[in-house]
Amino acid sequence: MTEAVNSISRSNSGRGLFRLAMLRFSKNKTAMCGAIILSMITVFSFIGPFFTQHSYHQNYVSFVNLEPGLRAHPDISALPKVAQRVAGRARVELADFTTEGRTFQATLRADQPISGNIARYFDRSSEFDETIIVSRTDDGKVVKLSGIIPSYYFLFGTDANGRDLMTRIMLGGQISLTVGLLASLVSLVIGVLYGATAGYLGGRTDEIMMRVIEILYSLPFVFLVVVLVVFFGRSFILIFFVIGAVEWLDMARIVRGQTLALKRRDFISAAESLGLSDWQIIRVHIIPNTLSAVIIFLTVVVPKVILLESFLSFLGLGVQAPLTSWGSLIADGASSMQSSPWLLLFPATFFVLALYSLNFIGDGLRDALDPKEK
Amino acid sequence: MMLRLFRRTSLYGSLLLGVSLALSANSASHAESLIRRGIVGEPNAFDPAKASLWHEYYLMKDMFEGLVIYDNKGNIAPGVAQSWEADADGSVYTFKLRDNAKWSDGTPVTAHDFAYSWKRKVNPETASMDPRLLYPVKNAQKISKGEMKPDDLGVAALDDLTLQVTLEGPTPYFIENVAHGTMLPVNKANVEAHGEKFARPGVMVSNGPFTLHEHVPNDHITLVKNDKYWDADNVHLDKVEFVPTLDQAASVRRYEAKELDMLTGVPTSELPRLKEAFKEQVNIAPSLTVEYYVFDTRQKPFDDKNLRRALSMVIDRDFIVDEIFSGAGTPAYSMIAPGIASYGEPSKVDFAGQSMVDREDKALELIAEAGYGPNGKPLEITIRYNTNATNEQVATAIAGMWNEAFGIDVKLHNLDLASHYGHLQSGGEFQVARASRTPEYADAVATLSLDISTQKTYNYGRFNSPDYDDLIGRSHTELDAAARSKLLHDAESILMESQVIMPLVNTANIWLVSPKVSGFENNPLNEHPSKYLSVRKEY
Amino acid sequence: MIYVILRRVVSTIPTLLMVITASFFLMRFAPGGPFTLEHPLPPEVMANLMKTYKLDLPLWQQYIHYLFNALRGDFGPSFVYKGSSVYELITSGLSYSFILGAWALLIGVAGGIVVGTIAALNHNRLPDYGPMLVSTIGITIPNFVIGPLLILLFSIKLGWLPAGGWGTGGVYNLILPIITLALPQIAIYARLVRGSMIEALHSDHIRTVTAYGLPQYVIVIVHALRGALLPAVSYMGPSAAALLTGSVVVETIYSVPGIGRYFVIGALNRDYTLVMGTVILIATLVIVFNLLVDVLYSVLDPRGRYD
Repeated sequence: MTEAVNSISRSNSGRGLFRLAMLRFSKNKTAMCGAIILSMITVFSFIGPFFTQHSYHQNYVSFVNLEPGLRAHPDISALPKVAQRVAGRARVELADFTTEGRTFQATLRADQPISGNIARYFDRSSEFDETIIVSRTDDGKVVKLSGIIPSYYFLFGTDANGRDLMTRIMLGGQISLTVGLLASLVSLVIGVLYGATAGYLGGRTDEIMMRVIEILYSLPFVFLVVVLVVFFGRSFILIFFVIGAVEWLDMARIVRGQTLALKRRDFISAAESLGLSDWQIIRVHIIPNTLSAVIIFLTVVVPKVILLESFLSFLGLGVQAPLTSWGSLIADGASSMQSSPWLLLFPATFFVLALYSLNFIGDGLRDALDPKEK
Repeated sequence: MMLRLFRRTSLYGSLLLGVSLALSANSASHAESLIRRGIVGEPNAFDPAKASLWHEYYLMKDMFEGLVIYDNKGNIAPGVAQSWEADADGSVYTFKLRDNAKWSDGTPVTAHDFAYSWKRKVNPETASMDPRLLYPVKNAQKISKGEMKPDDLGVAALDDLTLQVTLEGPTPYFIENVAHGTMLPVNKANVEAHGEKFARPGVMVSNGPFTLHEHVPNDHITLVKNDKYWDADNVHLDKVEFVPTLDQAASVRRYEAKELDMLTGVPTSELPRLKEAFKEQVNIAPSLTVEYYVFDTRQKPFDDKNLRRALSMVIDRDFIVDEIFSGAGTPAYSMIAPGIASYGEPSKVDFAGQSMVDREDKALELIAEAGYGPNGKPLEITIRYNTNATNEQVATAIAGMWNEAFGIDVKLHNLDLASHYGHLQSGGEFQVARASRTPEYADAVATLSLDISTQKTYNYGRFNSPDYDDLIGRSHTELDAAARSKLLHDAESILMESQVIMPLVNTANIWLVSPKVSGFENNPLNEHPSKYLSVRKEY
Repeated sequence: MIYVILRRVVSTIPTLLMVITASFFLMRFAPGGPFTLEHPLPPEVMANLMKTYKLDLPLWQQYIHYLFNALRGDFGPSFVYKGSSVYELITSGLSYSFILGAWALLIGVAGGIVVGTIAALNHNRLPDYGPMLVSTIGITIPNFVIGPLLILLFSIKLGWLPAGGWGTGGVYNLILPIITLALPQIAIYARLVRGSMIEALHSDHIRTVTAYGLPQYVIVIVHALRGALLPAVSYMGPSAAALLTGSVVVETIYSVPGIGRYFVIGALNRDYTLVMGTVILIATLVIVFNLLVDVLYSVLDPRGRYD
């Protein structure tokens, strides 16, 4: 019997309707443009890390605050100075230093025999790698070393800890997009269930449930989030949960309104007369029919949540380091926008593009799904 | 009630709204000499008894004058007291007050004012924030604990101009205490007439070079020159405007827009750029503050000295100072920062002079002995710190160093300041935590006495060494300066050898000072009273 | 109508009570306290402070105290800003936040209606995309980026406007913070108005009016706008309450002495009474503005809303 009822509701929302909507959406230039850009950013964030040289938490001690560029690091011309410094730290004299391609040879001299771990002094700095002792002469007072010069690429530059900004932006994208989506889903689930229940049951239950929403509405949202984050700590899961938990109120109101309207429709009373339980009716009839309103709302909430996460990051309440989000990167970059503008520019570009895309996709979906515009 | 509040403010708001755009911004006259000083936050108190933060003391010391003051070079100078002397064993001090010191209402400043103010400060009912600097005075702590009456405090006004202070015992650093911002006098009549509300513009009576003129919370505090001040002829400024700016980047921008004349609390990440742009306007002076990490000795395996020492050895402090603090600071290997005259060179940890590679080799041996490291048991460490960009960079760098050297998995855990310190101070458990210390007065014991085993609030890592406790205990009664210094140095060596506390950086005080300001001098105590400052009109 | 409003007003009392209770207890669960500093206080000093501020009493007693005092209009002393009462801090800060917020709301609503209407009238053409693209900046670039950028340009590079501070409250000091506050509002209102305007322009009513041959501006202003404003009006309640009570970001960046920072600073400093005061203020404003909006809504929408 449920089967039969199911098919009624299916035909109501209709597969054809959706196909029509998709067709309309695909004709919307800005929306399609947004969809393409957003998928590119998503691919960049989630697939990108497999193709970068660096991990998001790798600190390159020698490459702090590098400007963006296509060059390989370290720069060969800067190496003699680096070798000089390394020798100085090991308290030996750098007699000679030559490079050939991406390999180097160094001759060191000292008054005392040089210890065997001298090669490690070179390996310690990120500029040299696989250093070996080629020869020891003069009772070990002169040592020849050779090794390779690695090539690192930092297209977007590095941050104050010498981490690759591009890899950090990829991670930031993963976190921001995931937080956006998951928080919206949390608000969606709570909001839809709550709104549909309140609207369908009506009467006293509805009144009490709406009063709860009113109370939550009047609690200042910033306060709520700050307290929740301070109270529960700052795990990634918590952050989207907290945001989702404060964003569901609008959803609940919208769904309740829709439900109230649906309740007066014939097929609900038909279902009631068939003896379905309240929960079955809510699940099978009410919720699917609020779908288009829900999707439209979702597209509004996702960018809002991402923006909100950036606000939390500004307050220093963002995701726990070394994880990062676009918001955290932008907040860090904004504080040093004059000294290292790239730290703001790159994450902000991704952030703004993603939010623009989401907003235009949202507009497109609304235009496509809104039945009033047929 | 809520409605009344709402109605009043909204009326006020809409009224202001109407006129706000009609008013032009530029109405300040330029005839008087004004300095605009950026401070790191809104002062929490204007009553000297309730102050506890550095930026509050700047304000307090401009408004009130103690018996002894610091000048702009950080040296002790006579304030209200013309002269002072201690008895043979240094436990009774007698201050001779100058006869021309006056309150801003014209009444003379007397020894009775100081006796009253200090008793008020330790009175539990006053709920003062920081009476600790009075604790060397006889019975002060007992009064604070409510075991004795305020009148039992060891201060006595022998006559209007003579103040005798009896101490618990010899206290070589007592004069440093007296110069501190918490030892300032308040006007008895003023406090008794207005109670809590005496510390307000138009009400407050003070005895310093300036008086409180105007206060808009979070916007500005204006002080004007006090004509009744005994040394008013040597005060060059007519007005001092303190501008609280919570956001460091915002305060730097206001300096760049020439809206502030001097400012502290500059983000170190901006230093290279600022040095380039402002050259000698950037003042960097070593401070007495030590940034450190502390290990919780109650937690395994951090009770193991070898492990702690290994972890400390592999930290490249030069990198942290050069790259994260932009060179504003020095690598720290001791609990006490250099720069305390009475202490001299501090006792550094034994591996301080070794090269990084030697230290890494040794660290690998030590960590293997502890059973961890590359071939040992896996280890996961969580670093706790309070939320702040620099703290995060330091923690990130250290996490990388530990990971690189030992393959340790390091997690970071940051909380807001209140949560972080709330956890540490209430005896909460942790593994490694960030903290910093600035001595309250320029004496090594101010810092070292915080790590004795009976100290439960400050000794976050529960460092416990009977030898250390004994040395610190003996230093309190040792009168010979050299012998006392030796005791404290020995104590510091024990603390450093254990590496329960792992010092990282001696930070620097960074000031941006406009070229039109003169009288500014760098000093490790970070004392910059407005009394000594002046501004040129044009530059 | 009057009856409905009265009922709503009465029903705010339990709502406010719940808000006070919830935030009072939420606040207290966070670790640390108002006197937790980087420099720890000696235990006896801490004890004296706790006693003076009655924080040593059991929580429920503190709650009852707070509730009774709040009913009498006494919101207590600030724990952190010693010597100031919460009432003083809030009224002082509110006067600044109110001015900024009112201007931002005005500019946001007016700008949003203009942009949204233009976009809707040129649906899916260049004058639709262009203004929407520009106005959407407000909700894609975080205001903690826009603010410093504006300062960099107008204060440091050009030297036209102050970089922060309230000054004398003149237009020079307020223009940048108002713009920063208004930008997201313009974007939000423009999107709301555009959506509902498109819908309104397709309605039977407008089609009929158009058939009469009335000029377009009359159709838009007299007929379409009224209906199209409804979603914007219902958003005005929460947005007015939020704007008028200040923004922590704008106040931090421009050093505005408003109350927006008080929740955040108050919550981070555990200044319990200050946070409670701001929470009560905001809750009241939200309720009042929602009520006003509902009244306005029922005036604009003759179908009414109370069914």
